[in-house]
Amino acid sequence: MTIQNFRSKGASRVRGLLGGALLASTALVTAGAAFAETTITAVMHSGLRVLDPVITTAHITRNHAYMIYDVLVAVDDEFVPQPQMASWTVSDDGLVYTFTLRDGLKFHDGAPVTMADAEASLKRWAERDSGGQLIMDRTESLTATDDSTLVWTLTEPFGPLLDTIGKQSALPPFIMPARVAETPSDTAITEHIGSGPFTFAEANFQPGVSVTYLKNEEYVPRDEPASNMAGGKVVHVDKVVWSTMPDASTAINALLSDEIDYIESVQVDLLPLLEGDPDVVYEKREPLGYQTIGRMNFLHEPFDNKLVRQAALKALDQEAVLVAMMGNPEYYAVCGAIFGCGTPLADDAGSDTLTSGGDMEAAKALLEEAGYDGTPIVLMAPTDVISLSAQPVVAAQALRAAGFNVDMQPMDWQTLVTRRASQADPADGGWNIFFTNWLVPEIFNPLISPMLNGRGDNAWFGWPTDETIEELKVEFIAATTPEEQLDVAKRIQAHNMEEVLYIPLGQYVGPQARRADIVDLLPTPVPVFWNVKKE
Amino acid sequence: MLGYLIRRVLAIFPVMLIVAIFVFLLLRLTPGDPAAIIAGDMATPEQLERIREAMGLNQPIHTQFITWMGRLLQGDLGVSLISGTPVTTMVYQRMFPTINIALLTILIAVAIAVPMGVLAAWRHRSWVDYAVMSFSVLGFSVPVFVIGYVFILVFSITFGWLPVQGYAAPAERGFDEFLYRAILPAFTLATIYIALIARMTRASMLEVLGEDYIRTARAKGVKESRVLFRHALRNAAVPILTVIGTGFALLISGVVVTESVFNIPGVGRLTVDAILARDYPVIQAMILITSGVYVMVNLIIDISYTIFDPRIRY
Repeated sequence: MTIQNFRSKGASRVRGLLGGALLASTALVTAGAAFAETTITAVMHSGLRVLDPVITTAHITRNHAYMIYDVLVAVDDEFVPQPQMASWTVSDDGLVYTFTLRDGLKFHDGAPVTMADAEASLKRWAERDSGGQLIMDRTESLTATDDSTLVWTLTEPFGPLLDTIGKQSALPPFIMPARVAETPSDTAITEHIGSGPFTFAEANFQPGVSVTYLKNEEYVPRDEPASNMAGGKVVHVDKVVWSTMPDASTAINALLSDEIDYIESVQVDLLPLLEGDPDVVYEKREPLGYQTIGRMNFLHEPFDNKLVRQAALKALDQEAVLVAMMGNPEYYAVCGAIFGCGTPLADDAGSDTLTSGGDMEAAKALLEEAGYDGTPIVLMAPTDVISLSAQPVVAAQALRAAGFNVDMQPMDWQTLVTRRASQADPADGGWNIFFTNWLVPEIFNPLISPMLNGRGDNAWFGWPTDETIEELKVEFIAATTPEEQLDVAKRIQAHNMEEVLYIPLGQYVGPQARRADIVDLLPTPVPVFWNVKKE
Repeated sequence: MLGYLIRRVLAIFPVMLIVAIFVFLLLRLTPGDPAAIIAGDMATPEQLERIREAMGLNQPIHTQFITWMGRLLQGDLGVSLISGTPVTTMVYQRMFPTINIALLTILIAVAIAVPMGVLAAWRHRSWVDYAVMSFSVLGFSVPVFVIGYVFILVFSITFGWLPVQGYAAPAERGFDEFLYRAILPAFTLATIYIALIARMTRASMLEVLGEDYIRTARAKGVKESRVLFRHALRNAAVPILTVIGTGFALLISGVVVTESVFNIPGVGRLTVDAILARDYPVIQAMILITSGVYVMVNLIIDISYTIFDPRIRY
């Protein structure tokens, strides 16, 4: 073979390789490129991978579910449950709830929504949701009596039933076709058909990369104006694309150069990059945001001792934690209420030291009284989640200043979630304290807050055994008026600060950013794409 | 030659088996729980256990390994633990952006680096040589993500000539659109590759240019360009080919970073996301595929030696 021949063949080989790869890319061409005059391209806080909103509490999956599914009941701006798919009546004794489906609702495959679908969906949801389990413990029957009527009969009154099935996070009961909802609750569903305001473009879905939603032309919105998750879900755009960008700077640059329309959550330290561009707006999406918390392990020394837990609480200063987390005071607030400030059950009793700089002397005195012997406390510090990297560092320093012997162990979040499930001794692969964040609607009443579970080994990580908190929750369930519920909530607040089931470390909001032509975004804890317009 | 080829191809299988065993065990020894990723923060220990059971994660490791190997031998890479999507589908969706950008990168790198190296060797110890070597040191030393950000700042933000991010499949949106979006990531990736190839080309050419037959060619009055590219470069090609092949590893590691910086939905990001989520089947598949590609690239390079250097025979 001459060199010329080789070169010629080599070149054609390269062209062939390139051409082959490019031709093969044609297989990625998906149907449906001809629609969508108005498209919103949004960068969400993480990539969508799990599509079943019952099997996971991941926020991105919940957000996905609000796009394609609908709910029977939804809360408005005042946290009051309002009819969404169904209206209801309650019997005088509070034992029978009768729900009536509104007309015109269809699944995306064209089948009409019936109450048999709602019954199956609620039953599957209740197997996974702690609030749902509490209702089912008091349920005599849950039956669709005809296509548009569902009767829920209880054995004893459950005051917050509508609040529980109307909650917006973490596991709202989304209504799916009965055949889908019959999937076991610990197995992920494989069919993604809802009756919500958008349809899921499954052919375009790339897990963790992008997901496309199309306007559901068949959807019949309610007549009322949108209010939080309630009211009319009127869609003004043809298509919404969620694109995942692993690099925060890339997302900012893409917004500045008009390649995307919206960023759900912007790191506060990147906001200066957006300043001065009249075509870009950044703002708080909603006032509540997140609560950041510290949780101790009740099974092992020293936090099995109430006095030591109280010492830790006294040592901590919310402001110091929040400054390290957010920097800009516009995006955080000290808040001693375990149910979150700005919520109906908010009360800040017992939090005065937390919200006013801590009380190191009291912490030292409590440690001495407890006879703390210098047992090292294993503090787990995730290094790969920005919103969780500051709390452990600030807390470790405060605890050391109070006299704790802190063994701060950096690790990735995946290692932390595995290790926190271990009940082993801290010196043997267990742990003593870690930190995490909750969306305020996930902790805003005692039935849904995971930390307020006192059932020992069946409780959330940390495993406190606390009969009093369980009794107080039963009282909360029996409370039928907002006033009665607030009274119980105040006693739960006081009990938490006394027993230190967990330490609330304040509230923060992550700002969102958008192109200026994206208007009328709803100020909801869950980012939604109805009501919004692209001008 | 044919016997050699058969032996080399057969040797791939034990290599891949060792990789498979190693990857499987390494992943199982790494802390992490895909069930916890799926279930989210609120799941109770009981719920986590039920999900693990449903996913088969509570079975003994040897049972999981046998199940996985059994499927693998039938060409089934399994299903993502997190999304439930078949791994082959996920890899298929994500391989073309990576392949297309990698090919463009190699084309750019070879087209620029080889003439640069030849020029540096030809003008040895001149300012051209020093400039090429300085660029080479710089290109090799600066991390890929820094180069990416600088390119974005200059070409996208400052001048607005090129987009910040994204990928356009050439078959779907045209070759022009593909190039428009791929040019920055490809040049970013190519920088380190150019540095490497240019250095090796220069060194190899310097050695060859000192040979007697080059002096003879020049004494015969052969044109300088023909001396350089016909006589010298061909004889210097073996080390250059080697570095192009081994540089492929650099390309793979660079792809991970570049795909994040430029938001390209390729296999690099797929691998990183799978590792963060402990999505075992995806990680195992990606490492197996990458290892396979690496072995094949080395084989192709070895075979190509015989074309460039007739003295080499297997």
